[in-house]
Amino acid sequence: MEPQVIQEHIVEIVSDSGEGAQKCGQTFGNIGAKLGNGVWTVEIIPAEIQPPARTPSGASGIRIRLGSTKVTNVGNEGDLVVAFNEQVLYSRIANGAFKEGTIVLLDNRWASDPSTEIQKMYADAVVEFRQHGLVVHELSIHEACLKVVKDPRKGKNMFVLGMLCRIYNRDQDMGRNEIALTFKGKAEKIISSNQELFDAGYKFAADELSEYFFDIPPQEKSDDRPMVVTNGNTAIGLGVMASGMELVSMYPITPATSASHYLADVFPACGGFVHQAEDEIAAIAFAIGSSYAGKTACTITSGPGMALKTESIGLAVMAEIPLVIVNVQRGGPSTGLPTKIEQGDLLSTLYGEPGDAPKIILAAATIPECFSLVVLARQLAESFRTPVVVLTDANLATGVQPWDRPDLNRDMLAPPLDQSEWDKSVPAYDWDDKTGLSQRPIPGMPNGEYVLTGLSHTKFSKVSYEAEDNQKSTAHRSRKLATLQSTLTPPKIHGESSGDLLVIGWGSTIGAIEEAVDDLRKKGEKISTIHLRFLSPLEPGLGEIFSNFKKVMTIEVNYSDDPDAPMITPENRRYAQLASILRIQTLVDVDCWSVVYGHPLQPAIIEEVLQQRLTKVKSDNSAEEE
Amino acid sequence: MFGIKADWSLDIQERYFTIDDYEGNEARWCDGCGDHAVLATAHRILRDAQLPPEKSVFISGIGCSSRMPHYMATYGLHGTHGRALPLACGVKSRRPELDVWVATGDGDCFSIGAGHWIHAVRYNMDMTILIFDNQIYGLTKKQTSPTSPIDLKTNTHPEGSFLDALNPLTVTLGITNASFVAQVIDWNPPLLYETLKAAHEHKGTSFVRIIQRCPVFVDGITKELQNDSSKLLLLKHHDGIPVAAGLERLFPESREHDPSDMTTALDIARDETTKGIIPVGLLYKNEDIPCYSDLSALGHDITDEDKIAATNKALDAFAI
Repeated sequence: MEPQVIQEHIVEIVSDSGEGAQKCGQTFGNIGAKLGNGVWTVEIIPAEIQPPARTPSGASGIRIRLGSTKVTNVGNEGDLVVAFNEQVLYSRIANGAFKEGTIVLLDNRWASDPSTEIQKMYADAVVEFRQHGLVVHELSIHEACLKVVKDPRKGKNMFVLGMLCRIYNRDQDMGRNEIALTFKGKAEKIISSNQELFDAGYKFAADELSEYFFDIPPQEKSDDRPMVVTNGNTAIGLGVMASGMELVSMYPITPATSASHYLADVFPACGGFVHQAEDEIAAIAFAIGSSYAGKTACTITSGPGMALKTESIGLAVMAEIPLVIVNVQRGGPSTGLPTKIEQGDLLSTLYGEPGDAPKIILAAATIPECFSLVVLARQLAESFRTPVVVLTDANLATGVQPWDRPDLNRDMLAPPLDQSEWDKSVPAYDWDDKTGLSQRPIPGMPNGEYVLTGLSHTKFSKVSYEAEDNQKSTAHRSRKLATLQSTLTPPKIHGESSGDLLVIGWGSTIGAIEEAVDDLRKKGEKISTIHLRFLSPLEPGLGEIFSNFKKVMTIEVNYSDDPDAPMITPENRRYAQLASILRIQTLVDVDCWSVVYGHPLQPAIIEEVLQQRLTKVKSDNSAEEE
Repeated sequence: MFGIKADWSLDIQERYFTIDDYEGNEARWCDGCGDHAVLATAHRILRDAQLPPEKSVFISGIGCSSRMPHYMATYGLHGTHGRALPLACGVKSRRPELDVWVATGDGDCFSIGAGHWIHAVRYNMDMTILIFDNQIYGLTKKQTSPTSPIDLKTNTHPEGSFLDALNPLTVTLGITNASFVAQVIDWNPPLLYETLKAAHEHKGTSFVRIIQRCPVFVDGITKELQNDSSKLLLLKHHDGIPVAAGLERLFPESREHDPSDMTTALDIARDETTKGIIPVGLLYKNEDIPCYSDLSALGHDITDEDKIAATNKALDAFAI
């Protein structure tokens, strides 16, 4: 039988925590990427390590979107889901993850559970799922695994991988090889046992699910550029190595930590070191110490860690210390949603410190940008003698995607430590009046001795409380941002350069926004989008771009008041974070739509929102014309 | 041969440093403040060691004592309150060849920076920590510090402080990897010099608590000790701080103490709280404890080629 050729499918694997659904999905995604499919994966992570089993809140798993073209986001509703128990599906249904016709491959072991209560829960759920329009197949997955291993809790995931590889017509040997890679370094017995499970799953799907046999052809590639497949946090780690930075100083925090885990493994081969500090403050202070001593360092954290680091960021701004700070954003405030997605730290990053603390802020939109912006951040930090914050988010952190393998070169690396003699006539802060830029002496340079201080200081780094000195040094630090902006080009417009609605995004939403905008454009709507990477300073030319659209709005994953909510008036409405900045900076009445559901934005939801706005813009416009 | 170096002429080119080469801005501490003595001692130690000024970095937090870097002509880093130690550890982490000193106070180190105190001692990086302990907050004007004696009247405790003073010696000795713990008074210049010199020469984190005069806010505390040195207990040992013969006479109370003996060191340290006997000298020293900076600095001299090769190898693992 020939497989049915499809252009795209969204697959989910959902289980209790600890059952290996994520490893199964990552391996399945890697196989897809290696076969040339467009791939995007996103992990479904409960906030607790061991949430109660068989509960909706304990749903742990992964979504893999595979396509014949480049895939840039998680997509809308899933096409096929494998569930290790029925309860975990409830939370996915509540999150709108499925549609009528979604194929559900459900382990039926719970139908014959010793507990009659569990039997009933299972039976009720199956009825309910079918009422929702899900196509439920009750399968003896657990039982089939028992024929191969004693405890299917360990290994069921590879059985499922076998099932999926058969359903999506993936080469069986390739699957076996991928398992060998996944378990590299483990005992031969473990690898062969997992391969046996995989083979059993493959056969199981062929026997029991022969009606589901799909093929997703590879993408047509214009070149043979080699590719790599990683998640965003690994890309950050690779960026740190490629940048020539030698030190990452961190404190464990979700969802940033895996970047440091990765580095701890491979960094020493690059001569680098991961310092696990005693707290977030020590982590950044340690990095500042290294940077001050001429080895620009990086600290990687998330929202609550950023909050603790603010005083030290102020020191780095005030004393003009190059430093790279990566903030893998999560839901806030306070402990918030540790494993969920939010773009809620833009304003606190921009304005978190007391006084005026201008700094460079970049936002990665894609996984390859998690790499390239870290490299750029190190260069900007040193050229502009300032901390640079790179914002990513939980969506990029755990999302896996194939991307063009970067060509490493020496220009990416930090320059060698300069220990030449400093010209004694040059002050420690020899600010250029026009640009605010200056060179810095590095400890060890003869005649460069100065005392770096967080106190207001003169160009000689002498403490000064004089009015003019403070005004002047503050102005010089601020001017550096204007200098940087003068080197930037206006953002590229996705779509026509004029129209009814311009959508502005930042961060990981780029794929979903562009997909929604493209759909609307196909329907004849005059809509375009721009996506910002530089948030401080902003990319130039925004006012000019905005002026060619009837309405401008942002789509963000942070909180803003719904204009129609109780108590909300145009005067008290709180806007989404980028929208707030754009309103200040351009004096354009930039609107926004943003939510804090904690999950990645789906293109269909964005499209619905934009369609409503377009309808409103057009009706407002025709009313004006009348 | 015969005692004449073949390259003797090069010696003429060598730099010779005087005290002036280490002196920075004029110190702005109050008259009679003990900090002046510590500063002068640091100048002398660097001069005697003939360390090029560009090779030393003085790192501080916030407080009176933390102004010290400004009064040095070396490199300096005057950071944020409580964070001198992580800043210093960071400096040392990838620049192990730099000579790192930390100037911190009882508020900076034992209160707002207490977490870092524990961990920096445990890291045992090669640096010299000078704790200027005047038992009061000076810069912010007379608030109770962790080492303020009980009942001391301050602006935050006008009826007298409630708590017994923290004992920094027992705490530090209790930290795993403590490798050099000494205590000294600022008003005995030869002893101060010998103590800081020994601390500076020790490879590892040298913790020196300097009991320091603050004539403006708590003149009485140190006056009492100056007038009646019987409350001080001089620790003597051939492995300890060298004490000149004439100097010993200034200390009516003294005892032999082997600085490798941790149990006795803890007893002596505890006596400061329980009996009011203040030890002066080297309480503990262990040269065999590994320095974290030896680990953190690994690879700091790696070539660009090797960095690129290693990164490419890392990328290979993700190639498709």
